[in-house]
Amino acid sequence: MNEIYLDNSSTTRPFREVIDLITDISLNSYGNPSSLHYKGIEAERVLKKARYEIARVLMSGEDEIYFTSGGTEANNLAIKGTAYRYRRQGKHLITTAIEHPSILNSLYRLQKEGFTVDYLPVNDQGYISLERLGQLIKTDTILVSINHVNNEIGTIQPVEQIGKLIKQRNPRTLFHVDGVQSFCKLSFSLASWPVDLFSCSAHKIHGPKGVGALWVKTGARLTPLFEGGEQEQAWRPGTENVAGIAGFGLAAKLSAGQQKQDAALMHSLKHSLYQGLLDQNLKVKLNGPPLEEGAPHILNLSFPGVKGEVLLHALEEQKILVSVGSACHSRRPRPSHVLQALGLEKQCLDSALRFSFSSFNNRREIESVIHHITEAVKSLSRI
Amino acid sequence: MGRRLVYMDHSATTPLREEVIKAMEPFFRERYGNPSSLHSWGRETRQAVESARRKVGLALGSEPEEIYFTGGGTESNNIVLQGIARRRGKGHIITSSIEHHAVLDVCRDLATGGFQVTYLPVDRYGMVDPREVEEAITPGTVLISIMMANNEVGTIQPIKEIGNLARLKNILFHTDAVQAVGKLPVKVNDLGVDFLSLSAHKFNGPKGVGALYVRKGVSLAPLCNGGGQERKLRPGTENVPGIVGLAEALELAMGELSPRTAHLVALQKRMEEGLLKIGGATVNGHPQLRLPGHINVSFNYVEGESLLLGLDLQGVAASSGSACTSGSIDPSHVLLAMGLEPEVARGSLRLTMGWENTAEDVDYVLGVLSPLVKRLRKISAHYPQSRSWEGLKGV
Repeated sequence: MNEIYLDNSSTTRPFREVIDLITDISLNSYGNPSSLHYKGIEAERVLKKARYEIARVLMSGEDEIYFTSGGTEANNLAIKGTAYRYRRQGKHLITTAIEHPSILNSLYRLQKEGFTVDYLPVNDQGYISLERLGQLIKTDTILVSINHVNNEIGTIQPVEQIGKLIKQRNPRTLFHVDGVQSFCKLSFSLASWPVDLFSCSAHKIHGPKGVGALWVKTGARLTPLFEGGEQEQAWRPGTENVAGIAGFGLAAKLSAGQQKQDAALMHSLKHSLYQGLLDQNLKVKLNGPPLEEGAPHILNLSFPGVKGEVLLHALEEQKILVSVGSACHSRRPRPSHVLQALGLEKQCLDSALRFSFSSFNNRREIESVIHHITEAVKSLSRI
Repeated sequence: MGRRLVYMDHSATTPLREEVIKAMEPFFRERYGNPSSLHSWGRETRQAVESARRKVGLALGSEPEEIYFTGGGTESNNIVLQGIARRRGKGHIITSSIEHHAVLDVCRDLATGGFQVTYLPVDRYGMVDPREVEEAITPGTVLISIMMANNEVGTIQPIKEIGNLARLKNILFHTDAVQAVGKLPVKVNDLGVDFLSLSAHKFNGPKGVGALYVRKGVSLAPLCNGGGQERKLRPGTENVPGIVGLAEALELAMGELSPRTAHLVALQKRMEEGLLKIGGATVNGHPQLRLPGHINVSFNYVEGESLLLGLDLQGVAASSGSACTSGSIDPSHVLLAMGLEPEVARGSLRLTMGWENTAEDVDYVLGVLSPLVKRLRKISAHYPQSRSWEGLKGV
C-alpha cells in the first residue's frame, strides 16, 4: 500500500502540471528577467503571467504582488518592513499568541530593538477577542498582524471584522494577514477587505518550495529586508526564481479553480475521521474550533494517555504520515505554543496530533487511518 | 550565414542543465516531504538537504556545517553584511568601488548608521590592490568584503593575498564569489575567507537558491526570523529541489572545471581576435586575470544599448552591463571606477560565454557585430565621417 499523507499543512505534493511547467521554464525560458534581450523579455513575460494569476486569485492589483522566497520571508518582510518604515509614526505592534514562529520571532527581535508588542490571548477555540484588540489599538500602533487560518488547529479568524475594527480605531494602523494556510483553501477577495498586507506560500498549495509572495496594498510602504537590485520594485532584490514563480502562479490558478470542490472534500474527510474515531469509542479530544467552523484541511486531536510522538511513529509504521505540531519547530519536541495558548491540560498537550488534508486524499484512506489509529491507541494505552 | 540564437549572457544567468533538473525532479514528484517533519518523508528530504550540504562543502573545501542554503547570491551577501553589522553595531568596513549592488547598497545603508565604509579604488584593469586594503585597515575595521571576480569586466581579484592580510590582522573577510564559483577553483581555506557567497543559477543550477559559507565559530545575526532551519541563520521551509539542484550543478561544474576552462578560454581568444579586427575596440578588464569566457568590450562612437538592440534583433543575447542595472542607462559604476570616460563606458558590451557556446556561435556574433558597429558609427554625430576607419587606429 502507498503512504497516506496527512501532513498537508507542512507541505503539499506539487501538481503534475506545475512540475512540468517548472521543468519547461527551467530548461527553456532560463533568461534573467532583468536582461534587455529576448531571453530576458521571455523570462519577464513568465513573471508577468504568474503575477497576474496570483493577483486574480487574490482579486488585487498585479503591481501589489511581491514575490519572495517563501512564507517566512513574506512574513518577515511584512513585519520588519512596516516596523522600520513607520517607526517615526509609532513603535507599537499587536499580534496574537498563536502566530507562526516567523511572525513571533520577528516581533521578538523588534522588541529587542525598542518596539513594543502586545500578544493577544485566544480562547479555548483559538479565537481572539475583538474587544480586547480594540482596547489595545492606540495612536502609535503601526501594525496588527494576525494569522487567517492557524496552521496547527485551523481556527479561522474573522479578519474582515478585525480589519474594520482596526481602521475604525486608528486608520493609520496597517493590518497584515498571514494567509499562508488560507490562500486557495478559503474563498475570499482582498479587494473588499480592510487588509493592507497578506502573505502566502506556494508549497502549501501544491506549488514548489522556495517561493512565496507578499501582497501590499497600494499606498502602504515597506523598508526592504535586503538590498541589491531593482527587482520587485526594489522591495525584494535578487534575480527572480522564474521557474518557481511560474509554478506558483499555475498552482494558485489550479488550486483556486478547484477550491470549492476541494474544500467540500476535505471537510467531509475531516468529519469522517473525527466521527470514525468517536465511533470506535476512543478517548479523543478535538483541539480548536468546532469542526464546521475550522479550516477544511486541518484537524487537531489529542489522545489522552498516549504520547503524540509515539503515536506518530506507530502510524508511520503503517505508512500514515501526520504531524505533532507545525513542522517548522516539530524537530524539537516542545509542547506547541498554540495548544498551550488554548489552555490545554498537559495530557492533551503531549498527545496532540495534527491531521491535514489535501484534494489528493480520499475516503478509503481515512477508513484505513481510523483503523490504524484505533489499533495503535489501544495497544499504546495498554503499555 | 543563417540566423541563429546565441546566448552570450552567462554572467546574468545560465541555462539549467538537463542533469540538474533530473536530479531535482524526484523531489518535486514523490519526495516532497518537509525536511522538518518528524516522519519518514521528512527524514528523507532532510537527508537530501544534508547530502547536498556535504557536496557543497566538499567542492569548497569546507566542513558541511559551514554551509548555509539561502534564496540566492543577493541574500547571501546581505546576510553577511547585515549580519555582521547587527552583531557589531558600529565599526569600519572595507570594500571596493566595483562590488555588486548587493554589497554596495548595503554598505551605503550601513554608512548612514554607525558604520564607516571605505570604497577602495581599482586600477585601469579593475583590480583591487592588496596594499591599499592594508593601508585602509583601522583598529575599528570589522569586515573586509571584496568580490572574487567582477560581474561586468570579469577581473579576478587577489583574494588570497587579501585573505592572508585579513588573517594576519584578525579581521573578518567576505568574498562575493557569485561569478567565480563554477569557473575558478574556489577553496575557502586556500583563499583565507571567513564568508563566501554563491548563487546556483550562475553555474547552470536553478534560480532562487544560493549558499553561504560561514567559517565555524563566526556568528551572524539572521536577516529573517522564524523556525530553526539552517540553524536559524536562514529560517523557512527548505527549497529541497533547489538545494539538490545547486549541489548537483556545483558538483558537475567543479568536476568539469579544466575542460570547461580550456573550452571557454579558446572561445574567448577567438572572440577577442575577431573584435579587435572590427577596429576601434578596447577590451575592458584585466588582459590575463579574467574569468574564462568573459569579455567586456567598448567600441568608440557607439552606444552599448544600440549594439545590444542590434544584436538582439539578430538573435544574440548579450548585455551592456550587469543585468540588475541594465534597465538604467547610467554608465556602469565599474567602468567609471576603472577610469573609463563616460562615453566609452556607455559604449561597452558584455559577452559572457558558457559551456554550450561553440566556435560557430562566436563567428556568428562577430559576423553580426562587424557591420552593426559600422552602421552605428555612420549614424553617430560624433564619428568623424570624413575619415576612413583605418585613419582612426590608435584612437
